[in-house]
Amino acid sequence: MSWETVIGLEIHVQLSTKSKLFSGGSTEFGAESNTHVDLVDMGLPGVLPVANKEAFYKAIRFGLATGAEINQESSFDRKNYFYPDLPKGYQITQMTKPIVEKGSIKIATDEYERVINITRAHLEEDAGKSIHDLFEGKTGVDLNRAGTPLLEIVSEPEISNAKEAVSYFKAIRQLVTFLDICDGNMAQGSMRCDVNVSVRKSGDKELGTRAELKNINSFKFIEKAINYEIDRQIRVIESGESVVQETRLYDSEKNETRSMRSKEEANDYRYFPCPDLLPVVISDKELKDIKDNLPELPEEKEKRYITEIGLEESEAKIISSSKTMANMFEEASSKTDDAKLVAKWLVGDISALLNKDNIDIDESNLTPENFGKLIERISDNTISGKIAKSVLEEVWESGSDVDEIIESKGLVQIQDESLLEEIAKKVVDSNPDQVASYKAGKDKLFGFFVGQVMKETQGKANPKSINEILKNLLN
Amino acid sequence: MISQKEISNKEVIEEVYSHIEENKHLNAFITLNKEPSLKKSEELDNNPSDLPLAGIPIAQKDLFCTKDLRTTCGSRILNNFIPPYSATVIENLENAGCISIGKTNMDEFAMGSSNETSFFGNVENPWGENLVPGGSSGGSAAAVSAGIVPAASATDTGGSIRQPASLCGITGLKPTYGRISRWGMIAFASSLDQAGPMARTAEDCALLLNQMCSHDEKDTTSLNDDIPNFEENLNQPLKNKKIGIVKDLDLSSLDNEVVKVYQDSLKEFEALGANLIDISLPNLSLSVPTYYVVAPAECSSNLSRFDGVKFGRRSEDPKDLEELYIKSRSEGFGDEVKRRILIGSYVLSAGYYDAYYKKAQQVRRLIKNDFDKAFSNIDVIMTPTTRGPAFEMGSKGSDPIQMYLEDLFTISANLAGLPAISIPNGNVDNKPTGIQIIGNFLDESSILNFAHMFQTSTNWHMYTPEGVKE
Repeated sequence: MSWETVIGLEIHVQLSTKSKLFSGGSTEFGAESNTHVDLVDMGLPGVLPVANKEAFYKAIRFGLATGAEINQESSFDRKNYFYPDLPKGYQITQMTKPIVEKGSIKIATDEYERVINITRAHLEEDAGKSIHDLFEGKTGVDLNRAGTPLLEIVSEPEISNAKEAVSYFKAIRQLVTFLDICDGNMAQGSMRCDVNVSVRKSGDKELGTRAELKNINSFKFIEKAINYEIDRQIRVIESGESVVQETRLYDSEKNETRSMRSKEEANDYRYFPCPDLLPVVISDKELKDIKDNLPELPEEKEKRYITEIGLEESEAKIISSSKTMANMFEEASSKTDDAKLVAKWLVGDISALLNKDNIDIDESNLTPENFGKLIERISDNTISGKIAKSVLEEVWESGSDVDEIIESKGLVQIQDESLLEEIAKKVVDSNPDQVASYKAGKDKLFGFFVGQVMKETQGKANPKSINEILKNLLN
Repeated sequence: MISQKEISNKEVIEEVYSHIEENKHLNAFITLNKEPSLKKSEELDNNPSDLPLAGIPIAQKDLFCTKDLRTTCGSRILNNFIPPYSATVIENLENAGCISIGKTNMDEFAMGSSNETSFFGNVENPWGENLVPGGSSGGSAAAVSAGIVPAASATDTGGSIRQPASLCGITGLKPTYGRISRWGMIAFASSLDQAGPMARTAEDCALLLNQMCSHDEKDTTSLNDDIPNFEENLNQPLKNKKIGIVKDLDLSSLDNEVVKVYQDSLKEFEALGANLIDISLPNLSLSVPTYYVVAPAECSSNLSRFDGVKFGRRSEDPKDLEELYIKSRSEGFGDEVKRRILIGSYVLSAGYYDAYYKKAQQVRRLIKNDFDKAFSNIDVIMTPTTRGPAFEMGSKGSDPIQMYLEDLFTISANLAGLPAISIPNGNVDNKPTGIQIIGNFLDESSILNFAHMFQTSTNWHMYTPEGVKE
């Protein structure tokens, strides 16, 4: 029997607005509990929500970037349920008229590319956090996060396997960070994901009964949770039972999913239009402004890097794949004339250092200014590429200024040709055997002489000059 | 009247509190604000102010949040709630110089028409022992009627200003939905709730309304339209103005005496030069059922925040979260509130939403359209405010439907968002009656004009219960 998997993702993206979706409360992460909470976030009697336009603008950017329809009039509904970290006893969300509908996004797995359709993306407020392990026998509630704007991006149920699901999540993450609407920080919960999984016999038209896996927040766990769940559902069906529609929780420690609640136990959310909020209308002008100011997206960047700057396709791909890399590339390039050299260093030595430290480039000590300066010093022959590597390492460790490192360590390339000639002569004279072999046709020995000169000059010689001088001396 | 006084501000406030003491049996107040009020009046004596309502004592309905002053909404669940902020309308009134002397009793969460659902006990109508003052703004109406204060704030979701005003023989105005900010008003039914003034006369209501209205960025449903000076049109002659009389209205269930008083009032308006024009509001009879779907639906959601977790009353020692919710809410809410939460949860639940809530919203639109059509040809609409004068406490307790019909004439103005006023227009068995004047959207000026002209040619608004000092 062969099986087919159908997956749909609901990704909650925390929008990087300064204030909350319906209040002036701050959205900053990591503050002391219950300090970023105003009257509205607490749901005090008598308070009213006021929609934050900035959140709409950010949602619209996402819509435009995914070729979606933008509802210039969208409205809010209440989703009613009781939970201690839900201060009002309802969540304000967009059920009937979401801001964004019918978009799509291109994803790439290791083997192929395809398009995943996006059903809708709607705005809603986040809940607070329940803290179960801090107080003996009691639960604490932290409302700092309550009211933070979320964009819930709902895919069509058309993702076929765990790898595609991860690629989809990565593509969304890349897009929202490029659009500057979310910091993409998964550890801080800026992106969270619910996964709907069902299986059916290959060729069946009807969807199987689905299970919803809640709140998974890493690429690795998405893949593992889905694969576990696919196996589980197939096992259930093959043993003659049927899959139950339910919400399941993924336990990353045990690598398994467990039932949270079945459909029968599910809440009736009693959705209805929120009477406190008028529909939010986005004018044609607002929409045009957002469109005109849409940042360049990865694909466009990649194309431009190849055609306008002349980068290799592989380089362009790597650099445009993350917003921080692209930023570093573009900013550093603006400080020097040699953008290609910037790219070469970025995908070479710098990527190696990033991999070694397992960090993102904006977490490193390297600033675009300093990086640009480093490239500039290479291209104006102040230092050699080899010296540049050691300068980069120094910058990587300390963040010191490139010029200061070059000066304090005396790394400036020897420009004095007569001095180089003197050193080269000394090297040639003190190695008569090698000279003889070289002249007898052992061309490879040329590198030996270059190395010796470099050694004498502690790497400060310009390799091009050495080559010329040595050629004159030996031929 | 408010503005003429020849005694010190402090003396006025002291007299208010001795009045309250003398009228303790009315149970009109839940919480008094004595020390701060006396202090404020003293300050005014030392530094006379030219604010429009400087030193005017006002009773505030206990549904408005008042900073540092207990706000209960008539409910046990908010028995100890002290808000950290004030409602916009409270701030507006205080910024105009008003002195908030205390918080008035009311039906729990404004759900009731007799003030009998308050956790803090019944309010007595100053017009007679054992008579209800109406509701939900029963405390505010009784306080004005008994002459304790010249003015009170109130709120109206289905008639909660106009019905008690009528039953207590005073003037009460519900403005256009959105005229007065709802920020700080504890929500009952958000799409219907509207604050407004209660006073002896329409003129005083105009003075108060001038200060209560404002466009408030904290309330997106608050209107951004120009706010006229509501005193300006008070004395416009009514000659050739048109009063719409709803021919679909069935007055047969009303007391004959009440109908006669109503018809006498219409004759009075004719004598003032106005013309009566028959109009049709074909969907009016659907108002009460529509209201009792929409309002409970909204209230069931609005009252979810009272869960014993963050503020308000929490039951003792719940064994788990479920029990904390169930016990806190079971103990904290009274029967009428529970009834409406149940109705509301039912009409919003999956499978019933379309048949009830959605249908009710569609009917609401039809009712609004009826009014729009009628107002193309008339200035105001008149109806009796209530089916009869004040009734005995407990007389409608066992049948909620009888109580709901109290709002028969008032509810449609809330559903359509229109301004409406009730003014005293007679006496039946030594109990006051009221006539309701409904205006077009944003046209408070016209209803105040009609009300004021009526009050310049009649004296019903000056009748007071026995023993009330003027």
